[in-house]
Amino acid sequence: MSDMTLGRLPMPLGAETADKHHLLSWLTSVDHKQIGVMYLAATLGFFAVGGIEALLMRIQLAWPGLKVLSPDAYNQIFTMHGTTMIFLVVVPMLLGFATYLSPLMIGASDMAFPRLNALSFWLLLFGGFLLYFSFFAGGAPNAGWFSYAPLSEKPYSSQPGTDYWALALLAIGVGTIAAGLNLIVTIITLRTPGLTIRRLPLFVWMVLINSFLILVALPPLNASLVMLLVDRQLSAHFFTTLGGGSPILWQHYFWSFGHPEVYIMVLPAFGMISEIIPVFSRQPIFGYAFVAVSTAAIAFLSTAVWAHHMFAVGLGHSWDLAFGASSMLIAVPTGVKVFNWTATMWGGAIRFTTSMKFAIAFLITFTIGGLTGVAFAAFPVDWQLTDTYFVVAHMHYVLFGGTVFAVFAGVYYWFPKMSGRMLSEQLGRVHFWLTFIGFNLTFLIQHVLGLAGMPRRVYTYPNFLSWGIMNLISTLGAFLLGISVLVFLVNLYVSLRGGSTAGDNPWEAWTLEWATTSPPPLQNFERVPPVRSARPLWDLAHPEEADWKCHPR
Amino acid sequence: MPSAVAGKNPAVEKTKLCMMLFLASEALFFVMLVLAYVYFRSAVSSGPTAHSSLDPAVTGVYTVFLLASSGTVWLAGRGLKKQRRYSFFGWLAASVMLGAVFLAGQGLEYAKLLREQVSISRNLFGTTFFTLTGIHGIHVLIGLVLLTILFGLGLSGNSGRKQSIAFESISLYWHFVDAVWVVIFSIVYLWSAA
Repeated sequence: MSDMTLGRLPMPLGAETADKHHLLSWLTSVDHKQIGVMYLAATLGFFAVGGIEALLMRIQLAWPGLKVLSPDAYNQIFTMHGTTMIFLVVVPMLLGFATYLSPLMIGASDMAFPRLNALSFWLLLFGGFLLYFSFFAGGAPNAGWFSYAPLSEKPYSSQPGTDYWALALLAIGVGTIAAGLNLIVTIITLRTPGLTIRRLPLFVWMVLINSFLILVALPPLNASLVMLLVDRQLSAHFFTTLGGGSPILWQHYFWSFGHPEVYIMVLPAFGMISEIIPVFSRQPIFGYAFVAVSTAAIAFLSTAVWAHHMFAVGLGHSWDLAFGASSMLIAVPTGVKVFNWTATMWGGAIRFTTSMKFAIAFLITFTIGGLTGVAFAAFPVDWQLTDTYFVVAHMHYVLFGGTVFAVFAGVYYWFPKMSGRMLSEQLGRVHFWLTFIGFNLTFLIQHVLGLAGMPRRVYTYPNFLSWGIMNLISTLGAFLLGISVLVFLVNLYVSLRGGSTAGDNPWEAWTLEWATTSPPPLQNFERVPPVRSARPLWDLAHPEEADWKCHPR
Repeated sequence: MPSAVAGKNPAVEKTKLCMMLFLASEALFFVMLVLAYVYFRSAVSSGPTAHSSLDPAVTGVYTVFLLASSGTVWLAGRGLKKQRRYSFFGWLAASVMLGAVFLAGQGLEYAKLLREQVSISRNLFGTTFFTLTGIHGIHVLIGLVLLTILFGLGLSGNSGRKQSIAFESISLYWHFVDAVWVVIFSIVYLWSAA
C-alpha cells in the first residue's frame, strides 16, 4: 500500500528520488494526475491524426471529380476519422479530465484503484495502436465507424481491417469500463467529509452519471464486437444473411450502445460548462438540482432511443412513433440545462476570458446541433435527410461545436492547475476566433448541402445544385480549423515554457481543486478545507456571506 | 451524509462495490448473448437444434456440480471468517474441483457435438449455442484461475484483511457465474426439452 501512495509501482531503491519528469516515472505512474495528463496528451495526438484525415477528405471533396484519394482509400479514411475521433479522442479526453479532476474536486488523494486507472489508460493507447496497425496489415477498416453488417462481414470485407477495428474497440471498451468502475467507486467512497451528494461539484455529478452510462452502454458494444469477430473468424452466422442471420440485429445491438455513447461523449462536457460559466459570471449555478437531475434524466432516456438511428430500415409505424417520441423527450432535460446556463450568466459580472468565450460558443453551436437533432426525431425528416451531409453537419455541431468547444473551454480553465502556467490570452483570442469561424464555415453550409441532397460517404460527386461551391467553402473552413489547431498547439508550447505563473486559484474559483498548489503535489492536498456548501472556497474567502449561512444545503 | 464515505474499512467497501458494478456490466453482456440466442431460436430452419442435439439430463448432472461449488465457496468463506485454516483450504479446493468437473463436462459435450458435425459454423443454433456457452465457459475458467490463486496465496502465508476482501470479491464473481449458468441452462436446455 505504501508504494501505491507514492504514486508509482514499486521500484528499485533510489528510484523514488528520480526526477519527477523522468520518462520512467510516467510509464510506471499510477498517479491520477499523471495518468490524466497522459490521457489528454494521447488524445491530443489522436486528435491531430483524425484532423489530418478530415483534411484529406476535405481536399478530395473540394471540387467535383478530384482524384486525390482513390475510392477505397477514401472509405478507409472516413472510417478511421470517425472511429478515431469517437473512440480515441472524444470519449478518452473527457475521461482524461475526469481522471485528473475528480479526485481533486472531492478532496481525495487519488482514485480508488490507482493501478486499474493505469490499466484503463494503457488499454486505450494499445487499442489505438492496434487500430492504426491495420494500415500495415493489409488495409484499414473501411465499413464506416458503425460497421454495418453485412458490409462488415467476411464476404464483403475480406481484408483484416474490420478485425483490427473490432479488436481495437474491444481493448478500448474494456479500458473504458474499467475507468467507469473506478470513477464510480472513487466518487462514492472517497469524498472528503462534508462533501455530500448535494454539494458535489456539477462536473463530478456528470462524471458519476456518465460512468454509470458507460457501464450500461459498453457491454452491448463488447458483445456485438465478439459476435462480429465470431462471425468473421469462425464463419458463424449472427449477422450474415446467407446463414439466416440478421444484419438488422447488428444495427439494434450497435445502436443500443451507440446512442448512450452519444451522451457519454457529451455529459462530462456539460459538467465542464457547469463549472466554467458560474465562475466567469461570478454567480453560483442557477438551479443546481435541475442541472444534476436533468443529467440523470438524459442518461435514463438515452437508453431508450437507439432505433432513431434506424428509421430508414422500416421498423414499422408504431416503432417509429415510439422512438421518435422518446427522442424528442430528450430535448426537454437538455433544454433545461441550456436555460440554466443562460440564467447563470443573466445579470452576472461576466469575464470574457478565452475559456468563457468557448463556453458561450458552446451554448450557441450545441443548441443548433440539438435543434437539428430534434428535427431528425421527426422520422419523415429523417427519411428525407438520412445519410446526407445534413447528418454530418448535425453530428459535428454536437460533437465539435458541443464537446470539443467545451473541452477547449476546459483546457483554458484547468491548464493553469495542471501545469502551474497560464495559457496566453492573446493566442487564445486568435485560437478562439479561428476555431469559431472555421467551424461554422465548415459545417453550417453542410446543412444546405444535405438539404440539396448530397449523400455522405461518397468520394466524389457531380456539380449538381452548386454542390461544388458549397464543398469548396466547407474545405476552406476546414483549413481554417486546421490553422486554429496549430495556433492552439503553439499556445500550449509557448505557455508551458514561459507562461505567467498561475498561483493556486487564478480564476477565484470555488471548488476544491483550486485549494491546492498548481500543479498539485503528489498527495494532492496538504489539508482539505472544510466543506459546508457546494462552494467551499467561496465560504473560505467570504466567511460573512458564506453559502452555508445564506443558502444552506 | 458524509459518513457513507470513508467508513472504518473503506477498502472492503471499495473492492466489493467495484466487483458488484463490474458484475452488473457483465450481466448486460450476457443479456445481449442470451437475447441473440432467443431471437434466433425460431429462425433455425434446417440442421441441428437444441432439441435434436442437447441432452438436458447429462448437462443437468454437471450443472449440479457447478451449483455445489457455489455452496462450497460459501463454506470456505465461513471457514475464513472463523479463522479455521483447514476448513477454508478444504472447501476452496473442493470448489476448484467441482468447477473443473463442470468444465470437463462442457468439454465432453462439445466433443460429442463436434463429432455429430454440430459446430459454430453449421447453422444459427451452432452459432448462438457455442458463443453463449463458450463465453460462459471462459468465465468459469477465469473463476477457477482466481480461486486457485487464492488457494496459492493462502498457502504462501498471505492472510488477513486484504486476503479476505479478495476472497469475498472473487466469491461474488463465482456466484454470479453460477447464476448466469442457471439462466443459460433454463433457456437453452430446459426450454429445448419442453
